[in-house]
Amino acid sequence: MSAHASHAPNRSGLWDWLTTVDHKKIAILYLIAGGIFFLAGGFEALLIRLQLMYPESSMVGAKTFNELITMHGTTMIFLAAMPIIFALMNAVVPLQIGARDVAFPFVNSLGFWLFFFGGVLLNTSWFLGGAPDAGWTSYTTLALNQFSGHGVDFYVLGLQIAGIGTLIGGINFLVTIINMRAPGMTFMRMPMFTWSAFVTSGLILFAFPAITVGLVLLMFDRLFGGNFFNPDAGGNVVIWEHLFWIFGHPEVYILILPAFGVISEVVSTFARKRLFGYSSMVFATALIGFLGFMVWAHHMFTTGLGAIANTLFGLATMLIAVPTGIKIFNWLLTMWGGQIRFTTANLWAVGFIPTFTIGGMTGVMLAIPPADYQYHDSYFVVAHFHYVIVGGLVFGLFSGLYYWWPKMFGKMLNETLGKWNFWTFFIGFHLTFFPQHFLGLMGMPRRVFTYLKDQNLDMGNMISTIGAFGMTIGTILFVVNVFVAASSSKRAPADPWDGRTLEWSIPSPPPEYNFAQTPLVRGLDAFWIEKVAGNKGMTPAEPLGDIHMPSPSFLPFLMSLGLFIAGYGFMYHNYVVVVIGMLVTFACMFTRSVKDDPGYHIHEDEIEDKGVKA
Amino acid sequence: MKGWQQFWRQLSLFGLLALALTGCGKDELSTLKPSGPVAAMQFDLMKLSSAIMIGVFIVVMLIFTYVLIRYRKRPGQQGIPKQVEGNHALEILWTVIPFLLLIVMAVPTVTTGFELHKEYPKEEALQVNVTAHQFWWEFDYPDLGVATSQDLVLPVGKKVQFTVTSADVMHAFWIPALGGKIDTNPGQENKIWLQADKTGIFYGKCAELCGASHALMDFKVEVMDQAAFDKWSNGMKGIQSAEPATATSASAAQGQEIFNKSCLGCHAVAGKGGKMGPNLTNFADRERVAGILAHTPENVAEWLKDPQKVKPGNNMPNLNLDDAQTKALVDYLDTLSVK
Ligand code: HEM
Ligand SMILES: [Cu+2]
Repeated sequence: MSAHASHAPNRSGLWDWLTTVDHKKIAILYLIAGGIFFLAGGFEALLIRLQLMYPESSMVGAKTFNELITMHGTTMIFLAAMPIIFALMNAVVPLQIGARDVAFPFVNSLGFWLFFFGGVLLNTSWFLGGAPDAGWTSYTTLALNQFSGHGVDFYVLGLQIAGIGTLIGGINFLVTIINMRAPGMTFMRMPMFTWSAFVTSGLILFAFPAITVGLVLLMFDRLFGGNFFNPDAGGNVVIWEHLFWIFGHPEVYILILPAFGVISEVVSTFARKRLFGYSSMVFATALIGFLGFMVWAHHMFTTGLGAIANTLFGLATMLIAVPTGIKIFNWLLTMWGGQIRFTTANLWAVGFIPTFTIGGMTGVMLAIPPADYQYHDSYFVVAHFHYVIVGGLVFGLFSGLYYWWPKMFGKMLNETLGKWNFWTFFIGFHLTFFPQHFLGLMGMPRRVFTYLKDQNLDMGNMISTIGAFGMTIGTILFVVNVFVAASSSKRAPADPWDGRTLEWSIPSPPPEYNFAQTPLVRGLDAFWIEKVAGNKGMTPAEPLGDIHMPSPSFLPFLMSLGLFIAGYGFMYHNYVVVVIGMLVTFACMFTRSVKDDPGYHIHEDEIEDKGVKA
Repeated sequence: MKGWQQFWRQLSLFGLLALALTGCGKDELSTLKPSGPVAAMQFDLMKLSSAIMIGVFIVVMLIFTYVLIRYRKRPGQQGIPKQVEGNHALEILWTVIPFLLLIVMAVPTVTTGFELHKEYPKEEALQVNVTAHQFWWEFDYPDLGVATSQDLVLPVGKKVQFTVTSADVMHAFWIPALGGKIDTNPGQENKIWLQADKTGIFYGKCAELCGASHALMDFKVEVMDQAAFDKWSNGMKGIQSAEPATATSASAAQGQEIFNKSCLGCHAVAGKGGKMGPNLTNFADRERVAGILAHTPENVAEWLKDPQKVKPGNNMPNLNLDDAQTKALVDYLDTLSVK
């Protein structure tokens, strides 16, 4: 063991965070960065709603409004929702499968920094001559040079950089879940959240290459005068739509499946019952993932694909309602006969059920192509996808955060503040988005910076804006709660909720090696089984010994910084900057490849929790 | 959970109230007030699917409310609830029932879908070519030899076969009260048929984000009886094949002079002029100025003075007209009528 350093490298403060490869710390980085982007996206949403509070208002100009909706959508999807999901997956998945870290800790850190720099690059557009304004879908030809500003270049490059980060993150989770499960943890014993992380990562693996291809083509069109999407030169505008939605549709399942996973964990923990119909839940998750790939064209019913294509894609879409329905009823039956505790985490989970059901219902309605000709690109769609992404995903994320906060940070979030957080957000949410169904049916198109006075659209918009204030208050209360928790000195217990899965069997927050001894898994809800059997903790699967840890590294940060710099070079056609940026990145790659870094060991006698004899 | 029930009750009450107050929107605009067979077929599908979905929702909510009230943890409750693995019969039940419901919706989906995609030849339907521009609409009636813009004129009770495309970016052609939308893709043609069963004015919209003034890319559909329509189209045809008439009043004549110098490059009047901007042959008959403003001399003047202020990002330059020139142009434009 001579080549191995025997002590943990001593790093602290900012330097520690810039170099960490520990999945728990990367989770926190994702959470902070995603949280900040969430606040930015929320602020943009509030401005959008303020502009639409009254008809013919001129609070923000038409161009600024288009920038706001584009950045709101892009930020929320790519820079807020995805990273916060990654935060939870990083914090929880290795613990739930009894692993010491993810499979590739270095890649994990690289994934974070790529996402971070991509997001920063995108947002600097606000200060460098205007944000992208072609919608988060960037339909061509609007997104080509002739019709939109420099902002779209930021979209194209920012999302490419961030997208690589997401892709390698997804691959990392796939490998982790396939390879690093503790002894006894078969696939059919994995907790539902880990299952959803697994399927989600699979979707990322197949979906993100599609958007990357699209973005590269768009980059060629915009920066180098390519003509892939320019009809005047023989290009085709519908190709972009296909590429975008082949990614974009699975993307919504990438978002919602982890929320399903959270709800399954939370509902069963707080009902003190095992998940009803576990195997059908697993099957439904996989099936939703699969069908998610088959239905992208339901975003394109009005594009002119013809009756046959529309009908087939419509029917395929409707089918997704079946596995989704299975899930809803299984959750209800999980609670049936249980002892339900209404903690904040569970309030979010319980609030999720009817809200998401509404989103699913309007989803089935949208899947009927002839009717969709009326709904498409109207406020009905805005209402639908916010019921799914906010009422589904964001509720799920809040639920997960309240649930796992003690595990992640070793502090409990305040329950009273939490309940206020829930109710203001919940009521505000329905007030905002419920009337939008009717606005759409009454003829209001989406992405409009204003509407005229004589069209009976005033009241619905007014109510909707008032609701947005409710959500704003709820969000602020959450931030307050975070600070209250951080400043409290009370430490969270290892198992505050009487949990069922492995993460609750180790201290909060977990030590850097997670499990002093890899646990032996004897069934579904592994920790619960031990508790019912009267055991204090998990039975170890290995004797206590030295633990091998990966070294921290600054390379992921630098590597991402290089691409960030090169991005500006591309946008401003300054190829010296491109070369400098790419050199930084390649130098880091080279260093990483040739430098032998065997990591270090934590010695047996340094392990706090001495563990049990195997 | 009292709060829950109360909340839902209030929400549905509120929703109904909002609906009643607004009467499902404006007749000329709302998809909920179908004024033609296409919108009516679509409305039927909307009603069918929402009825089924609301039924499902009620079932979910009944179980949900029951569970939350009946199984909440009571103080002093002892023991662990029975750990139920699942129930095959139940799970099959809630797989099969949704399937059946989907089939109920699938059948009319297929039939209506094909119905709406029929293409009608000129013997059966009036043919109209639509070209969308940032941010205005061009309508061509190839068989009548007539062209107009912003105001689409249709005969009542007759099928209209539209062929739509775009001159620049993607837009979407949508007349909610008459039927659903279709995208106008640059470099491609799409087809859609509609029919209006009532005379009057309907509102049309652009539904696909198309740039700064996407929100203002409105148009009007004027539906008249067949005789009036024939009169209109003959009037249009008469003018479009002729030289523009000389304006009568002095001011209007002055306006015409300015027009011929500064505007004909982009706008056509009668048989003359460019196609960069809307065809103005029947400008005085239009419902709206620029698709959005009420048709008054003041608003025409406002547009001429600063088109960017009315529709940000549109392609008409500011001509820097003084008040007298503006007045003369307004007077001239006021003579452009076929009615
Ligand atoms: C604070 C709560 C939110 C409010 C008040 C809000 C409001 C809005 C509004 C008014 C629009 C513009 C609709 C239009 O004119 O087309 C919009 C678009 C959108 N929102 Fe939200 N939103 C909120 C949260 C979220 C969240 C959390 C997400 C996703 C995680 C999200 C995703 C989107 C997307 C993808 C779009 C489409 C943008 C586009 O059309 O390019 N929103 N939102
Ligand atoms: Cu448009």
